[in-house]
Amino acid sequence: MKDRVIEKALLLAALSAIGILALITIFIFREGLPVVFSKGPGEFLTGTVWQPSRGHYGLVPMIVGSAIVTFGALIIGVPLGLACAVVLAEMAPPRARKILKPTIELLAGIPSVVYGFIGMMILVPWIRNNPALGGTGSSALAASIILGIMILPTIIGISIDAIEAVPRSYREGSRALGATEWQTITGVVIPAARSGIVAGVILGMGRAVGETMAVIMVAGNSVQIPDSILKPVRTLTANIALEMSYASGQHEQALFATAIVLFIIIMLLNSLAGLARRKKKRKRKLKGDPAGGVEVA
Amino acid sequence: MSRRQLTWIISAALVASVGAAGCKKKSSGGGGGKADTITIAGSTSVQPFAEKWAEEYKGGQVDVQAGGSTAGIKAVKEGTAAIGMSSRELHEEEKAGLVTTVVARDGIAVIMHPSNPVGDLTVEQVRDIYAGKITNWKDVGGADKGITVITREEGSGTRGAFEELVMGKEAHIAASAIVQGQTGGVRTMVTGDEAAIGYISIGQLTPKVKAAKLGGVEATEANVANGTYSVKRPFLFITKGEPAGAAKAFIDYVLSAEGQELARKEGLVPAK
Repeated sequence: MKDRVIEKALLLAALSAIGILALITIFIFREGLPVVFSKGPGEFLTGTVWQPSRGHYGLVPMIVGSAIVTFGALIIGVPLGLACAVVLAEMAPPRARKILKPTIELLAGIPSVVYGFIGMMILVPWIRNNPALGGTGSSALAASIILGIMILPTIIGISIDAIEAVPRSYREGSRALGATEWQTITGVVIPAARSGIVAGVILGMGRAVGETMAVIMVAGNSVQIPDSILKPVRTLTANIALEMSYASGQHEQALFATAIVLFIIIMLLNSLAGLARRKKKRKRKLKGDPAGGVEVA
Repeated sequence: MSRRQLTWIISAALVASVGAAGCKKKSSGGGGGKADTITIAGSTSVQPFAEKWAEEYKGGQVDVQAGGSTAGIKAVKEGTAAIGMSSRELHEEEKAGLVTTVVARDGIAVIMHPSNPVGDLTVEQVRDIYAGKITNWKDVGGADKGITVITREEGSGTRGAFEELVMGKEAHIAASAIVQGQTGGVRTMVTGDEAAIGYISIGQLTPKVKAAKLGGVEATEANVANGTYSVKRPFLFITKGEPAGAAKAFIDYVLSAEGQELARKEGLVPAK
């Protein structure tokens, strides 16, 4: 009897979490859709001018901005993260692993405003004063570097799990055929763990798209389509956070419309990550592989 | 996922939702509250001065919240704040039912790095720099260096005043300008970049930045008060209808000789 009461109470709590998500979704769409329809979705999705005080609500510069800094973050974060994961899962002695893994997880716990502050104080002046780079420093490049570091824990964590889920027999088979350790890692382990790694990369991408504070502090936030990575950019999240406090009327609705675009992008990325993982499980099950049931994350 | 993990997750969700409910309760008490506690909300430009007034005010507790001029106006309309702070004049559609009181005046200073040799600009030059027509300091008598233009975000009271007073109807701030969300952000960027130009309230100038003379007139409170410095704006307290009760008492204090003297000491120009 008591068990059942607790079970019901917990179910209620769990449902409330889903309920909150549903409410947020409804709220964003209810606030943002009217202006999308009154201006036409074309204005938002293809307009290149964002001047709310004059009624221009083009989101293209922000969509491009988000895409550039996210892509940049992946260029920096994926090779580093993957290398880290391989070292930690395959090469590092257990003692080093014991220290390194929690250290990397700690990276995820640093508040984004701290990343932003370090970026603003060190990275931005460094880019500005570097003769090879130059510009104002506040740039897509600065945002990409900061984000590249911020997505490391996500990529490393999920990649390690994926690499560890590769059955021992794969490695043994490869070594038995005369492959070196390096050949085993690049030729067998990583391909076998590919879908888990891809899921990690996509989730890292979601984090990069969604990050706000650190980006606002280093990206410069100009509303323009940049012609170089040294030019300032504004991301979708920065657009909302920067202007929300002062916005009213249609301007405020347009920011909710920005949130709708962001929401759809994040949903797509998360679904993709889920798909990547599921595909892997199904493949293994078909092969009758014992590791098929192992959760990757 | 094991059963035990599931239980943990659910308990965490429960704790979080209870916590969220608690917060909600607290914030809804802000507007009305006890008779001697008033909430004032709005412009981040006015906020530091409002906090000084609130500190010295003996008539009761004053809770100062920043959020922007527009948010302050909205808060008064919705009744979540007794007084709204605005650093710009109200738009026509915002005026309905609201009463504004000028509590002080402020000038907007054009700031640059202390090492910048340029010390004197005309309003036209500032306009051309912000419009993107002048892009190098050498065109205004400085070093051969590209200008880093820093502006505030759309909707900010300081930006609104700057656009109205400097840019005028025809010129627009160039899209390539770097946007910062706060006065502090603009100041930090100017402090760190020798080629930067920005604008902030005269009352929030610090020795780490240099304020340009505009048309030969120094950016000081005295020059705002005597009318020679042209880029200035009112700081407004907004109430729903004529001020009454605790809100009136606080506004009366702010307008009193003591309150105005405090404003003067903090770098503002008295209302009268």
